[in-house]
Amino acid sequence: MDALKRYFRSPAAVIGLILLLVVIAMAISAGFLYPRDPLSLAGRPLVWPFSNPRFLLGTDNSGRDIAAQIFYGARISLLIGGVATAIAILIGILVGAFAGYYGGWVDNVLMRITEAFQTLPNFVLLLVLVAVFGSTITTVTIAVGVVSWPAPARLTRAEFLSLRNREFVQAGKTLGMRDIKIILGEILPNALPPVIVYASVVMAVAILLESALAFLRLSDPNVASWGNLIGLGRDVLRVQWYVSAIPGIAILVTVLAVSLVGQGLNDALNPRLKSR
Amino acid sequence: MSGAILSLENLSVRLPEGADRPHALSDVSLSIASNEILCVVGESGSGKSMMANAIMRLLPNEVKIESGRMLFEGRDLCVADTAEMREVRGAGIAMIFQEPMTALNPLRTIGDQIGEMFSIHTDLSKAEINARVLALLADVRIPDPKLAAKAYPHELSGGQRQRAMIAMALALDPKLLIADEPTTALDVTTQAQILKLIRDLQQRKKTAVLFITHDFGVVAAIADRVVVMQHGRIVEQDTAHQVLSHPAHPYTRQLIAAVPPLKAPPPRPLSSENILTISNVSKTYRTGGFLGRGARVTAAVKDTSLDLPKGATLGIVGESGSGKSTLARCIVRLIDPDTGSIVLNGKDWAKLSREQIRRETRHIQMVFQDPFASLNPRRKAAELVAQGPIVHGTPRAAAIAEAKKLFELVGLDPSAGDRYPHEFSGGQRQRIGLARALALKPDVLVADEPVSALDVSVQAQVLKLLADLRQRLGLSIIFITHDLRVAAQICDLVAVMKDGAVVEQGLVADVFGHPKHPYTKALLDSIPGGEFAREHETVSV
Repeated sequence: MDALKRYFRSPAAVIGLILLLVVIAMAISAGFLYPRDPLSLAGRPLVWPFSNPRFLLGTDNSGRDIAAQIFYGARISLLIGGVATAIAILIGILVGAFAGYYGGWVDNVLMRITEAFQTLPNFVLLLVLVAVFGSTITTVTIAVGVVSWPAPARLTRAEFLSLRNREFVQAGKTLGMRDIKIILGEILPNALPPVIVYASVVMAVAILLESALAFLRLSDPNVASWGNLIGLGRDVLRVQWYVSAIPGIAILVTVLAVSLVGQGLNDALNPRLKSR
Repeated sequence: MSGAILSLENLSVRLPEGADRPHALSDVSLSIASNEILCVVGESGSGKSMMANAIMRLLPNEVKIESGRMLFEGRDLCVADTAEMREVRGAGIAMIFQEPMTALNPLRTIGDQIGEMFSIHTDLSKAEINARVLALLADVRIPDPKLAAKAYPHELSGGQRQRAMIAMALALDPKLLIADEPTTALDVTTQAQILKLIRDLQQRKKTAVLFITHDFGVVAAIADRVVVMQHGRIVEQDTAHQVLSHPAHPYTRQLIAAVPPLKAPPPRPLSSENILTISNVSKTYRTGGFLGRGARVTAAVKDTSLDLPKGATLGIVGESGSGKSTLARCIVRLIDPDTGSIVLNGKDWAKLSREQIRRETRHIQMVFQDPFASLNPRRKAAELVAQGPIVHGTPRAAAIAEAKKLFELVGLDPSAGDRYPHEFSGGQRQRIGLARALALKPDVLVADEPVSALDVSVQAQVLKLLADLRQRLGLSIIFITHDLRVAAQICDLVAVMKDGAVVEQGLVADVFGHPKHPYTKALLDSIPGGEFAREHETVSV
């Protein structure tokens, strides 16, 4: 509860939370506000924003409603951000926990694998995965998750390394606990706060990765995503720049919101770092 | 007072809101004359370190000096600006800290760091500075000053580092030296040497010393005058002799009574049956080295044999690095011994597999040193105590109910079970740790420095509780400690360890009364406050 109080004391964190709630509200309300398929033809192509009350944010080069795509795109971004983050954090925690707790050859093997992933640029690896497994929304989400786990794994490992020799862990051993219970029940809850904070970074990066993929037209073309819209707008970038700019702002706002929430969580969960 | 180097007049220091009390120091008045050692004694949280930091104006930002004056050489330090304070610090008032390893910069040589005092405050040439540094290091009797000046902090022992810190503090012949628990992190033999050094230097240089400590033994060894502090107030202030032999304030009397004397209580009858037999246990650590080249081999425990009679308490005493904690962890199999046998209830504990250990572990339990690190901060107290029985198959509800009973046994309020560890004091936490170990109804309890992190009055209570439980539950205890006074109080038998080997063992009264091994003699002679430690009246445990 103290952490909650500390969270709401920071204006930046509160703004971040409000922005994030707005994006979530957009995702939820998309179905009511725009009951039609956002990818269906709605009117003339390339209508400027605010020039026609039917299309508040204008239309893209195929005559599809940009506002509808933005609202539905919020769903895709949040979905990819959420699911990919969950995958990355889950793999990261498992790898980091076992490497940190057991040390020795387990640590060596797991960390060499982690390094192998880290030496490849994230995005290149993502391109390879999408090229091999195809670009449906499911494979894209899983692929984003799979390329994002090394950093959380290293973070978890570092926490475990410092916690595993604490006396309360030794006490657990002398009480006769199994390793798995010590790892999950005793150490993990204490190692979690920095990993949760880092999850916000992973989420922001996941959203950006999907957009970048869509910009290269390698994401799922059958869903309305912000990245797809930016990719489309690329063809008319010099004149009808708003087609790319509007989804760009949406991405900016969402990533900013997630980062601010993450920063706020960090200050709330590690209060001592705040009063520097 | 005439000749006072520093006098504090009605000094009050305010703590930020939300602290456990409004003032760190309230209305503190004292003065230190040149050529005297004033000891400030108090338990943790009494404000003694806050006072040292206030004098140096090194208080944390949110802590403010509220009122009063600190007169040093006719100047009020409370209102001095930062430039003035820089002049005073180091040259006028110098300070030495508890932990020399963290007080020294690990990336620079000792000579470099001491020389810095001169290059900041004087215009001496490089050669002159070097000569001065070597003279200072010789002054604090570091074995080879030339070598020490070139050494980095990690290359020196704890005692040598503290000597280097003292050399640095005395570099500019300060009028006042503030020593904040300078020997607390040191072994007892090193502590004795450092205390003697401070005493000698003080007499030679006529420096005033403000010596902060929690240990009345140290007070007896070094103090001219004593100030006793409690909750940020001075409760008593007098000459050392007066305070130690005729304490006026009830709090002082209580503190002195809680200091365990070195006198062993009358021996208890010992059972002829051994519950635990340790024979020829060894543990060697190998670090680094590739394919065996350049590897460092440390023999932490060498061929150690000990017997623990049923219902007895065996103390294992020694300085840091003597292998006593490694031995304790071998006994509970947190560490696997290389060779030897540990026979408990007829079973060779050293030969059991991990899985067997897990099942049998309720026969032997451990109490840890650090009451803050040994409890999982995210579990409630009752849950912590109930964990062991739950692991071994007791239903959760029954285990929690049992835990509440144990709370009563160790002198805690049973309703406290719903609170988290951070809501308890150090002594209370150690009671929770004890309850956790007792929850499995062990035959043998291994206690690794269970009272070392506690204040002296709390320490006395926990020792009393241990003695009481031992009687009621028929426990056999292995008690690891570096403090011979504590060992004398609680143990029936004692084994003295040095460099991984037991050098002497036997009944406490014999070992401490008529030590045979020179190392045991050295340990006993190093206990601060010699006569005071042996003779003073106390509450018996």
